Amino acid sequence: MELTTVWFMLIGVLWAGYFLLEGFDFGVGILLPVVGKDDRSRRLAINTIGPVWDANEVWVLVAGGATFAAFPEWYATLFSGFFLPLLIILVALIVRGLAFEYRGKRPEASWKRRWDLVIFWGSLVPAILWGVAFGNILRGVPIDARHEYVGGFFHLLNPYALLGGLTTLSLFTLHGAVFLALKTDGPMREQAGRLAARLSLVAVPVAASFLIWTGLTHKDGWGVALSVLAALALVGAVLTTRARREGWAFVATAATILFAVAALFVTLFPNVMPSTLDPAWSLTVTNASSTPYTLRVMTWVAVCFTPIVLIYQGWTYWVFRKRLTLSDIPS
Amino acid sequence: MDALDLSRWQFGITTVYHFIFVPLTIGLSALVAGLQTAWVRTGKEHYLRATRFWGKLFLINFAIGVVTGIVQEFQFGMNWSAYSRFVGDIFGAPLAIEGLLAFFLESTFLGLWIFGWDRLPKKVHLATIWTASIGTMLSAYFILAANSWMQHPVGWTMGDGRAELTSIGAVLTNSTTLVTVPHTLTACFLTAGAMLLAVSAWHLRRDHQSEVFRPSLRLGAWVVLIAGVGVLITGDIQARVMTEQQPMKMAAAEALYETTDSASFSLFTIGSLNGDEELYSVRIPSLLSFMATGSPSGEVEGINDVQAEYEQTYGAGDYRPIVPVTYWSFRLMIGFGGLAMLIAAAALWFNRGERRSRSRWLWIAAVSTVAMPLLANSFGWIFTEMGRQPWTVFGLFKTSESGSPSVSTAEAATGLIVLTVLYGILAVIEFGLFIKYAKAGAPALEPDTPDSEDKPLAFAY
Repeated sequence: MELTTVWFMLIGVLWAGYFLLEGFDFGVGILLPVVGKDDRSRRLAINTIGPVWDANEVWVLVAGGATFAAFPEWYATLFSGFFLPLLIILVALIVRGLAFEYRGKRPEASWKRRWDLVIFWGSLVPAILWGVAFGNILRGVPIDARHEYVGGFFHLLNPYALLGGLTTLSLFTLHGAVFLALKTDGPMREQAGRLAARLSLVAVPVAASFLIWTGLTHKDGWGVALSVLAALALVGAVLTTRARREGWAFVATAATILFAVAALFVTLFPNVMPSTLDPAWSLTVTNASSTPYTLRVMTWVAVCFTPIVLIYQGWTYWVFRKRLTLSDIPS
Repeated sequence: MDALDLSRWQFGITTVYHFIFVPLTIGLSALVAGLQTAWVRTGKEHYLRATRFWGKLFLINFAIGVVTGIVQEFQFGMNWSAYSRFVGDIFGAPLAIEGLLAFFLESTFLGLWIFGWDRLPKKVHLATIWTASIGTMLSAYFILAANSWMQHPVGWTMGDGRAELTSIGAVLTNSTTLVTVPHTLTACFLTAGAMLLAVSAWHLRRDHQSEVFRPSLRLGAWVVLIAGVGVLITGDIQARVMTEQQPMKMAAAEALYETTDSASFSLFTIGSLNGDEELYSVRIPSLLSFMATGSPSGEVEGINDVQAEYEQTYGAGDYRPIVPVTYWSFRLMIGFGGLAMLIAAAALWFNRGERRSRSRWLWIAAVSTVAMPLLANSFGWIFTEMGRQPWTVFGLFKTSESGSPSVSTAEAATGLIVLTVLYGILAVIEFGLFIKYAKAGAPALEPDTPDSEDKPLAFAY
């Protein structure tokens, strides 16, 4: 297999990992006003992701860095072209990260309430915008012969991309509810379970219409096959949440996200950012990539260190495997 | 101002801001790990209290360092797409490796450390903070390797309109990297030591919790002195490497226009802003020659000669950085670092043995030490980055060609304003929290309750 293909897949894996992990972080943040009626229960929800949210967020940094290293043209066109949405995402991620660390650092209720709002908006906004961004990448954007994006901000707000945003929003919210049901015990477990069952009914039509729209536009065999798997996994999520099989429900929503990202990347291949102006100006795995030497170096680094990262990050989840209850939260 | 100028301001502001918190994080993580090691080995309570106290201040800083770091990685693509296209084949690699090797390590193991007090065996828990600390240092190494390549490109060849990597080994062992990393890491320890010294002094002046803060004061002051000597030695080596690789930067550091033997170093100058006419200056003879060449009689090239040389090599153009900026930032870097060392030495001397200084001024000076390395670090970065101008990659690629063609002036202005205002607000919040927790002092230890199923978490957000 060509190294450019390997790196295209690896970047797909990094985004899939990011959405799988930070997806439930976002979901928990979005559900905070719903599941947390008082300070103690909000703290319970936040502490389910407390030890892991930061490492989960590193996945997007590595995805960005890997894109820079393996496909500099893609990195340059994407990040400069999507300037304003990325700026909004940056602001959201900055304030949200601080909110987790700082909300408990003062006793005043008003201080905590403000950070709670920050957690909600800081989770909601990127959950939508990442979907909008990927919707646009898949749909194609105006890229000129110099590989520069020439569309402007409002060009990015088209129905297909916005549906992509709703898809990530509904999937991440569902994923977060499932995670809360899995990681807590007592009333919150009950409530999150009920929420998940309801949210799954919203996620199905939204995600299905996005995947069908994608399939009809691109008519990519493998992409459609993976979309069907994503849809099946999502149906599995509906059934398992209704049956309150929390572990299986988490596997189902995780599989939905993984299959959906895989479907998007497979559909995109061999483009990385198609141009709507002239197919000859599209960025592809070939014309956007680094040299074979750089790709070889990076492949060795990835082969040696990714397993280690997966092992110790997995170990963290094992250390903090215990379900949390209200009585676990120190006053 | 056009989009390029706005992007330069954004990069300058966000980078200097990020680097206020990063050195504290790097230095403090190791000092906290050291204190926790002392507790694990001796079982003395005051070490645990110190670990908890400095650990909390460390985490308040770490949070801002982490979140502002995301901007650092994204803005190359957002504001500097032409630069990213040109260098991506080389520059992207250390950035990606930094993420994979360092960021994962730091974030995962800090999570384990923060929440793991009651979940992990004592020694395993101790290992988590050491691992996170190693992560922060690895991060410094890789990002400085990337920056050093901009200062002194190695292991590359010119490809189709871009620089292409020919040797990753050359990039990772760049002579510039090898002197910059120890210089930066020792400066990080100086910074963290100064914070220990300053906060401890605040408490000791009030005779508050001396059992915790007296050892911390000593530790901080010794770290400032030892790390400070390290900063001096590595800085001295770095100056010679820099003179060889970027003679313009050394000349601009002294505002030396004509090539001179036995060049003196001016402590300060009163005169025209760009230093070509001076009214009054205090000078140390031969010091500049010694810094630049290692010999007091060595020849140091002046700005005019380097300019003429560069015109020969790179074609017509102005290759001079903004001299007042390089001149003063160089002095302020050295001055603030040196001042912190002097105060640390004084604090140690006047509190030696069982003594406790009664001088109000000494305590005020000691408390103010916290700001000095932060200023020195900032000026150091401003010096090395502004001194490289007009290049982003020295000799290869100019700042003027590095911007993002697709980013409009309005977008660039939005980015600059939004991030500056946001960072300003965060600085106020952070400073408030830092003061609150610094003043609160080290919490008394809670008696150990026997483990049971419904015992609450040792730590929760």
